[in-house]
Amino acid sequence: MSTSLRLRAGLVSIVLLAAFLGIWHLATRSAAPVTTMSPEYAKLMGLTATQGKSAMPGPLDVGAKLWEHLKRPFYDNGPNDKGLGIQLGYSIARVGTGYLLAVLVAIPLGFLIGMSPLLSKALDPFIQVLKPISPLAWMPLALYTIKDSSISAIFVIFICSIWPMLLNTVFGVASVRKEWINVARTLEVGTVRRAFTVILPAAAPTILTGMRISIGIAWLVIVAAEMLVGGTGIGYFVWNEWNNLSITNVIIAILLIGVVGMLLDQILARFTRMVTFPE
Amino acid sequence: MTDKFVSIEGIAKRYPGAGGATTTVFENLWLSMARGEFACVIGHSGCGKTTVLNILAGLDAPSEGAVIVDGQAISGTSLDRAVIFQSHALLPWRTVLGNVAYAVSSKWRRWDRAKVRAHAQEFIDLVGLSGSEHKRPSELSGGMKQRVGIARALSITPKMMLMDEPFSALDALTRGTLQDEVRRICLETGQTAFMITHDVDEAIYLADKIFLMTNGPGAVLAEVVENPLPRDRGRTDLHRHPLYYALRNHIIDFLVTRSKTFTTETPGHDPRNVPLVQIGKPGLTVAAASDEPRQTWMPGSSPGLSA
Repeated sequence: MSTSLRLRAGLVSIVLLAAFLGIWHLATRSAAPVTTMSPEYAKLMGLTATQGKSAMPGPLDVGAKLWEHLKRPFYDNGPNDKGLGIQLGYSIARVGTGYLLAVLVAIPLGFLIGMSPLLSKALDPFIQVLKPISPLAWMPLALYTIKDSSISAIFVIFICSIWPMLLNTVFGVASVRKEWINVARTLEVGTVRRAFTVILPAAAPTILTGMRISIGIAWLVIVAAEMLVGGTGIGYFVWNEWNNLSITNVIIAILLIGVVGMLLDQILARFTRMVTFPE
Repeated sequence: MTDKFVSIEGIAKRYPGAGGATTTVFENLWLSMARGEFACVIGHSGCGKTTVLNILAGLDAPSEGAVIVDGQAISGTSLDRAVIFQSHALLPWRTVLGNVAYAVSSKWRRWDRAKVRAHAQEFIDLVGLSGSEHKRPSELSGGMKQRVGIARALSITPKMMLMDEPFSALDALTRGTLQDEVRRICLETGQTAFMITHDVDEAIYLADKIFLMTNGPGAVLAEVVENPLPRDRGRTDLHRHPLYYALRNHIIDFLVTRSKTFTTETPGHDPRNVPLVQIGKPGLTVAAASDEPRQTWMPGSSPGLSA
């Protein structure tokens, strides 16, 4: 039953994709009326005006270009022309660094806050104020203090991915089932051992859910951050290709951003499943 | 008085209530148990049974009074007093063996892995779970989970076991087998056990002494009923014993009517000298409000008393 459901769902997905590509193809193929103009003017106007061809590329153009990119993902022809693999690599490296720093801060800190009602109450106003700040709002401050655009981007990732992890860790640690704590207490388990053998495994699913939310946000933010700081990365690539008026490359970048984001989410989802045990 | 292995001395539990008033769950509660004795506490919800057990376990502290176990006042939890939780409280990320081994390695911190495993395995075998060591709690039935809970409690070879309605979440058949197991293990190991239950038959089958508590708030320990049934009693012929119904009726009468009225009807109740009710021994029976059923149910011979 479930295999047949999966099969049918897969079929529907393929049909939807085909329909989308078909409509896209038809919509971009159409020729607008060609206006007659002087050859000099036509040179300035480009294909859109002279041949009635849409500037929006069709799926075949995008497919061909994508194939080109996939064949040579790591070429480097100078600062404005690098392979997509290199650009994505820069973005993933920035997200990875900022995110790992956030993990190193958020999880131990969340543990402390979760285990101490005093700290929890004392730090709550700060967290509540800092949490809703758009990570990009930190950018000028980061650029001014750090004076390095690449590290500033990492800082922005750090600051945006810390909150979901911190809050989920606090919540997970504070809401460990009382009876599990009581088991540890009746066994005279010390605080440190209790933290690692009872609280950490009990809170792990909640913590990992926070980490999963964080990686999603970090990947959302990196594109915007790289558009601002420039230089390298998939966000910079998108902006650069917009300036080049290459809609094809922009569409390819959008697609790849989505695929990488999905992969990052799936990795965290797998980790979450690994630490989740039904009762 | 015989040796008091466990002695609860004048404990009280109060909670701050609404408007600055304090709610007293119980106060001036005195209770003692001998070594190797199996005691059951019966009373309606809200009389503070679980609080008494938590205080005995060290999970909760009394507002007043002290608890002495094996000659020492308790402060906090101890590996000497194992708790079997109502909801089994197994750690779901550990296997059966892992759950028991966690307790074993908590007691004997210097033991190596192999020794811990062997010791844990011994107690898993004791509760009849051989072959399920590597299953996780989610793969076990309710009865099996509680068996793991029992194995975990026994594995640390405690001086006493505390059980908070350990079988209340189980079906009748499983409950019966587990009662048999617990009784067998307690008799074999001479374990002192303190158990909370709502099930009168469970108390009659398992307990040497049954503590009857009145309704809370302001609950008191009303009576200590000595179980007149022989020590080698079996589940199947329990109800054939001549004193069975006398005992059962006495407890049920208490739960149905006297638990509500006891405090008003017995103004001279001394919490330090709670009457010991010995059903079937008229000379020693402390007169209680409704004694008639007991008289009618007392035949000439009491074979149970000789055992």
